[in-house]
Amino acid sequence: MTQPLNYFKETPSQTAGPYVHIGCTPNFSGVSGVFHEDLGISMTNDQTEGHRITVRGMVFDGKGAPLKDALVEIWQADAKGFYNSPSEMRGQADPNFTGWGRCAGHMESGEFVFETVKPGIVPFKDGRPMAPHITFWIVSRGINVGLHTRMYFPDEETANATDPVLTRIEHKSRVPTLIARKEGDDYRFDIHLQGDNETVFFDI
Amino acid sequence: MTNEKRNQGAFFPRDRNWQPPALTPPYKTSVLRSPQKALLSLDNTLSEMTGPVFGHNIIGDLDNDLILNFAKDGELPIGERIVVHGRVIDERGLPVKGALLEFWQANAGGRYRHKKETYLAPLDPNFGGCGRTISDEDGYYYFRTIKPGPYPWPNGVNDWRPAHIHFSIFGDGFAQRLITQMYFEGDPLIWKCPIVQAIPSEEAVKQLIAPLDMGNTIPMDSLAYKFDIVLRGRRSTMFDNRREGN
Ligand SMILES: [Fe+3]
Repeated sequence: MTQPLNYFKETPSQTAGPYVHIGCTPNFSGVSGVFHEDLGISMTNDQTEGHRITVRGMVFDGKGAPLKDALVEIWQADAKGFYNSPSEMRGQADPNFTGWGRCAGHMESGEFVFETVKPGIVPFKDGRPMAPHITFWIVSRGINVGLHTRMYFPDEETANATDPVLTRIEHKSRVPTLIARKEGDDYRFDIHLQGDNETVFFDI
Repeated sequence: MTNEKRNQGAFFPRDRNWQPPALTPPYKTSVLRSPQKALLSLDNTLSEMTGPVFGHNIIGDLDNDLILNFAKDGELPIGERIVVHGRVIDERGLPVKGALLEFWQANAGGRYRHKKETYLAPLDPNFGGCGRTISDEDGYYYFRTIKPGPYPWPNGVNDWRPAHIHFSIFGDGFAQRLITQMYFEGDPLIWKCPIVQAIPSEEAVKQLIAPLDMGNTIPMDSLAYKFDIVLRGRRSTMFDNRREGN
């Protein structure tokens, strides 16, 4: 016998179910008057530094139908590459930028929309720069464990080509699933749960 | 703070044999919504080790009181009054302080307050079904509510969800993000539910079953259930190799 290591097991995940919006965006779901406003609906204010962008997209199932009951959260660095987080040790993030957004897909179309700023460069573990990116987390009915992925920018070809994460992807044909499309002034980032264009999801 | 160094490490990898797999065909919706390709394994970068923080200032007085936060003046929702409480800790057993917990649930009859809900059980005009709170310095949290009812759902022809409360938990890194469900001790529906059965082991399922906690009941008022939550722990950073300038 040895001494026990005394680690605990992570609580098992369960699906967010069809009514995740009651808990996470109650005003959107029609339960009004409990919380003043839904969390994560605005990431910026009129003093936020950086280039304003709109990111929109949909989550598609294996038959190509958009999910109408998904909840999408994003997390990103500010324009200078700092996270607005207590575990950010490199410097002070823009106090007028939360870095975190939450959006329920539109009940008819399934589209999510984030008004944010373009993130700056964040270093990889070994100090190499990572190309500007936004971290995504997707939950819904039918998803047993929330899915993590990243969105990169189509106008950052040089940085993307040496990004330490994108270059880790063995099948280069899958890299474009992580790169948004420019659509007018907006970026469109569609997420495919299955199929030929299945988005690369991360075990992080 | 003594743990500051330790709190900067990457998170332990998720134990995918303990967590439910993506594809669990008896839970039919998972069939078209489960990624089929292998996940890309990635040791955490700053993008996953950091996360937003939520101040106590976002929390209203009644946010953790589902009995009162939707009720009309002088009225109360129908059903069993309960307190749910516990601690948020990480895999090392350290308290996760300042965690944001959000919960949602059906009313005592098993009905959700949602536009797309079609179950014939009635809405309770005094019950909204959502609440939130932030864990304290010891990772401790509590709220009170009405015990939710079980409800049928369209999966098999006669599938019923055991009584449950949905939880969303924010720790201090985005990689810890977790949504789960709490079940109630003694409910025979737990072991028949395809969503519960998505979890591979009986031992892991038991981690989601809250025991009746007579030590924390409020006599002549409310029963209590204890539900501890474990988020991913952080690796130690002792002797970590880092390149210059990082
Ligand atoms: Fe439910």
